[in-house]
Amino acid sequence: MLLRVTDIHKTYQTADGPFAVLRGIDLTLDAGETLALTGESGSGKSTLLHLIGGLDTPDAGQIVLQDQDIATLDDTARAALRRGTVGVVFQQFNLIPSLRIADNIAFQARLAGQHDAAWIKTLTDRMGLSAQLSKYPEQLSGGQQQRVAIARTLAPKPQLVLADEPTGNLDEATAATVMDLMLELVSEAGAGLLMVTHSQALASRMSRRLHLKAGRVA
Amino acid sequence: MTKATLQALLSHWWRNPLQLFTLLAGLALATALWSGVQAVNAEARASYDAAAATLGEGQYDRLVRRDGQPMAQDTYITLRRAGWLVSPVVQGRLNGVRIVGVEPLTAPGGIGPVAPQEGADVARFLSGEGQLFGSSETASRLPELAFVITPEAAPGTAVTDIGVAQRLLDRQGQIDTLIVLPGQPMGQPPLADIAPDLARQPAQGGSDIARLTDSFHLNLTAFGLLSFAVGIFIVNGAIGLAFEQRRPVVRTLRALGVPLRSLVVLMVAELMFFALMAGGVGVALGYVIAALLLPDVAATLQGLYGADVSGTLQLRPVWWLSALAIALGGTAIAASGALYQLAQMPLLAAAQPRALAMAAGRRARFQGIVAFALLCVAGILMITAKGLIGGFALLATLLIGAALALPLVLDRLLAGLSRLARSVTAQWFWADTRQQLPGLSLALMALLLAMAANIGVSTMVSSFRLTFTDFLDQRLASELYVQVEDTTQLAALVDFASPRTDAILPIQSAEVTIAGQTTQVFGPRDHATYRDNWVFLETAAAAWDTTFADETILINEQLARRSGLSIGDVVQVQGRDFPIAGVYGDYGNPIGQAVIGEDIFARLFPDVIPQRFGLRMDPAAVPGFVEELENRAGIPATQSVDQARIKAISLAIFERTFTVTTALNVLTLAVAGFAILMSLLTLATMRVPQLAPAWAMGMTRRQIGRLELMRAMMLAILTAIVALPLGLALAWALLAVVNVAAFGWKLPMYLFPLDYARLGLFALLAAALAALWPARRLARTPPADLLKVFSNER
Repeated sequence: MLLRVTDIHKTYQTADGPFAVLRGIDLTLDAGETLALTGESGSGKSTLLHLIGGLDTPDAGQIVLQDQDIATLDDTARAALRRGTVGVVFQQFNLIPSLRIADNIAFQARLAGQHDAAWIKTLTDRMGLSAQLSKYPEQLSGGQQQRVAIARTLAPKPQLVLADEPTGNLDEATAATVMDLMLELVSEAGAGLLMVTHSQALASRMSRRLHLKAGRVA
Repeated sequence: MTKATLQALLSHWWRNPLQLFTLLAGLALATALWSGVQAVNAEARASYDAAAATLGEGQYDRLVRRDGQPMAQDTYITLRRAGWLVSPVVQGRLNGVRIVGVEPLTAPGGIGPVAPQEGADVARFLSGEGQLFGSSETASRLPELAFVITPEAAPGTAVTDIGVAQRLLDRQGQIDTLIVLPGQPMGQPPLADIAPDLARQPAQGGSDIARLTDSFHLNLTAFGLLSFAVGIFIVNGAIGLAFEQRRPVVRTLRALGVPLRSLVVLMVAELMFFALMAGGVGVALGYVIAALLLPDVAATLQGLYGADVSGTLQLRPVWWLSALAIALGGTAIAASGALYQLAQMPLLAAAQPRALAMAAGRRARFQGIVAFALLCVAGILMITAKGLIGGFALLATLLIGAALALPLVLDRLLAGLSRLARSVTAQWFWADTRQQLPGLSLALMALLLAMAANIGVSTMVSSFRLTFTDFLDQRLASELYVQVEDTTQLAALVDFASPRTDAILPIQSAEVTIAGQTTQVFGPRDHATYRDNWVFLETAAAAWDTTFADETILINEQLARRSGLSIGDVVQVQGRDFPIAGVYGDYGNPIGQAVIGEDIFARLFPDVIPQRFGLRMDPAAVPGFVEELENRAGIPATQSVDQARIKAISLAIFERTFTVTTALNVLTLAVAGFAILMSLLTLATMRVPQLAPAWAMGMTRRQIGRLELMRAMMLAILTAIVALPLGLALAWALLAVVNVAAFGWKLPMYLFPLDYARLGLFALLAAALAALWPARRLARTPPADLLKVFSNER
C-alpha cells in the first residue's frame, strides 16, 4: 500500500472561533491507483491534500506514506518528502516566473537530485512544450502553464502525485487535454494520483472516488 | 538542491536588472559616502599621529617656559647637570615646512626617524651640513637641503639635529621644549629650584591637534553617517520590494521541498555576496570622493588648527576592510525585517502578491508610535541636551522621528487635499497618490533627510559666515599689522610709525592655564579700537575701564562655557586674582582667550616683548606707508600685512572649511534624487494593473503619464514643505547645541528664505527629472499590456 490515512483531524482558528475542517478521515491508495476527492467548497478536500503532501500537519491521526508516518516528521524531513516522493500540482500553477520553461520543468527533479534528461524530454514532448522551452511563464497561456506545472511535478518520478483542482483555471477543452496527458503520464510513471476536483466528469475518469462532506467521508 | 534553489533565487535579479542595479547602486553609494569620509578622517588622524610621534607628544612629559617663550640652551645644560634626563627640541617653519630639531643622542627612541636603535647614521646626521628626514613631498619644498626620504614621516615636517635646526631657523641657542625621559634618577633637585620659570606638562595620552580636531572629524563622521543612512533607505526599499515580489516564489520553493532554513541561509548568502560586490564598488568610489575632498580638508585643518595633513591618500587596509564591514552591516540592517517576515511566513498563506499598501497599512500604526516617541525625546533633548553626545542624540531622534512620521504626515495632507477635489479625475488622482505613498515612502524619507540636512547645514554655514564676517570687521580694526623680529626693528617701527599713524597697538600674548583651560592671555593698549569694536555677549558696567585699569579681566566665550565662568567670577593669572568683567564672542578660535590691561600684562609677563603691532591710520595711506617702512626703517614689506589681506585670507580659509560640507550636501541630495528615480522606475512596472482600469474608462496613456509626473513633483513639494521646519530645527540644534559642545561658542541663527526657495526648486527639478523616464514609460505602455490586466488567464 502506497498511502494509508487514518482518523485525521484538523481544526483551524477563525475569527468566529475554532473550525473543524477534517473530523476523522480514513482513506487508502495503492501504487498506480487514481482517486478523486470531491465535495463542496469548505468540505476539507484541499486541507486533506495539504496534509498528505506534508504542507501542513494534522491535529490527530496518521498519514502513512510508504510505511512512514509523515505526521510525525519535522519541517526538514517533510521538505525532503515533497522533493522526491510526493509531487503537488497546484491550481495556480505556481511556476517560477524568473526561470525559463526548460528550467521550470527540470526544477523539481534537480531539487530532488533525480534529474533524468531522457524522461524530461519525453515529458516535454508529450506535453507539447518543446517549442516553448526558452520562453518565460508569463509568455504562455494558462493551459500551457499548467502543462509545465504537471511536467515539473512528474519530472522526479514521484510515487504519489497530488493535484489540487489542476484544471480549475482552464477552459473545458484545454482542461480535458491536460487531464488526458496527466493520467497517461502518471500511469506510465506507475505513481498513485490523488486529485481534488469539483468536476464530476474528471472524477469519473479516476479509478475511485471519495466524497467529503463537512470534514467527513460521505 | 542548493544549486537549483540558488538558480531560482538569482534568476529574479536577472529578470529584474533595474531592481538589482538599485540595490547595488544604493549600497555602493552609501558605502562610498561613508567610507570616503572615513578615509579622510583616517588620513588626517594618521598625519596627527605621525606629527605627534615626531615630537613625542602624548608619550612623555615636557618642560616649557611658563610664558610660552623659548628657553635658553643654558637651561638645558643646567638641568642635565642637576641630573634631569631631558632632551631638547626646537621647531619652526621654513618655506612652509615644519622643521623639528632633536638631539639624537638623548632623544627617546620612537620620536622622530633618527632613534639610534633604528640604525640611522647618527654621525652623518650630526656632521657637516646635516641631514633632514622627511617625506619626498617635504623634501621637494626644500630642494637645497640634503634629505633622507622616510615615507612614514609626518606630512610637511622635517626632522633634523637640533644644531642644524637652530641654524636653519636662525634660532641659535634657543630651545622650545625639553622632553622628560622616562626613568628619571632618584634624588633630583626639584624643578622649581633649578629652573623656576619652567613648567612641567604631563603626557596627555594623545596629541593636542588630535583633540582639537576631534569635533571637526565628528561633524564629518555625522555627515557621513547621514549620507549612509540615506543610502540604506534605498537599499531597504530595494530589498523590501524584491522580497515582496519573490514571496510567491519562496512559497513555491518551499512547497516543492526546499527547507525554510536552507532558503533563509541562501538568501542571506545572496545578499552578503551583493553587499561585498557593492561594497567593493563603494570602496573604490569612496576612495575617489576622499581623494577629491582631502585637499580641502587638509587646507581647512591647516587653516583652523594649524594641523598638517597629508594631501595624498593612502589605501589603508583598516579603512577598506571597515568599509566592506559597514556595507555588510548596512545590508543586514536593511534586510533583517524582510528576512524575518520571510522566515515567519506560513507556507499555506494566500499565494497572491501582497499589496505594498496593505503591508504598510499594518505597519503604519507601529511606525506612528515610534515616530511620536522619537519626536518627544527630541523635544526633551532640545531643552536638556548638553555636550556632543546629547547634541548628536538630538539630531538622531529628530531626523529619524521626522523620517518615520513623513508617510503619515503626507497621507494626512493628501487626505485633506482629496477632500478639495471636484472633478472625477482629481478624485482618482488623489486616491491613487495615497495608494502609491507606501511604495514611495522610503525614497521620500531619503529626500526629506537630504533636504533637511541641506537646509540645516546651509543655515548653519550661512549664519556662521555672516557672524564671522562681522566678527572680522570688529577684530581686524587696525588698518595695518606689522611683525618685528627683534628689538632693533621694534625701535625702528616705533620711531617711524609714531608721527605717521593715529595709534600703535602692540599685540602681545602669553599662554597660561585659567580654570584648567589652556588660555592665550593678551595685554592690549587702552584704545578706542577695542572699546568701539569688540562685542560682548555678557558684560559688567565699565568693563573696558576696569580692565585697562588693571582691575578686571575679559574672557572669550569658549573659556566661559568650558569652565562655567561668568561675570563676577574671579580667575587667577600668574597668581593674581582678576574678577571677570566681560565675556566676548571669539569665533573660529579653538582655545580659551583672555584680555588684561597692558600694564599688568607687562608686570606679570616681563619677558614677553611684543612682536606684532596693529597700526591705525588712513586706509588710503597704507600702501605708501609700507613702502616707506621698508625703505626708511628697514622693515621688509613681507613683515607687513594690511587689514584687507588678512580678511581675505581668513575668509578664504573659512570658505574652504565648508567646501567639504557643501560637497557632501550635494552628494546626499543627489543620492536622494537617485532614490526617487529608482523607486519610481520600480513602481512603474507594478503600476500597469492599477492604471489599466483608468485607461479602460477613457483616460489616454498620455494623460496618465502626465499625471504620474505631476504626482512625483507634488510629493516632492509636500516633502519640501515638511523638510523646511525640520531643517530649521536641525540648524538650531547644530548652532545651539552641537557647535557649543564642539567648538565652545554659540552662533546666532539667521534665516535665508531665498536659499530655501532655491533648494525647494532643486528638489522639484530632481523629482521631475526622476519621474520623467518612468512617466514616459507608462505613457508608452502598449495597449496589449494594459489589456492583459483584464485577461482571465492572469
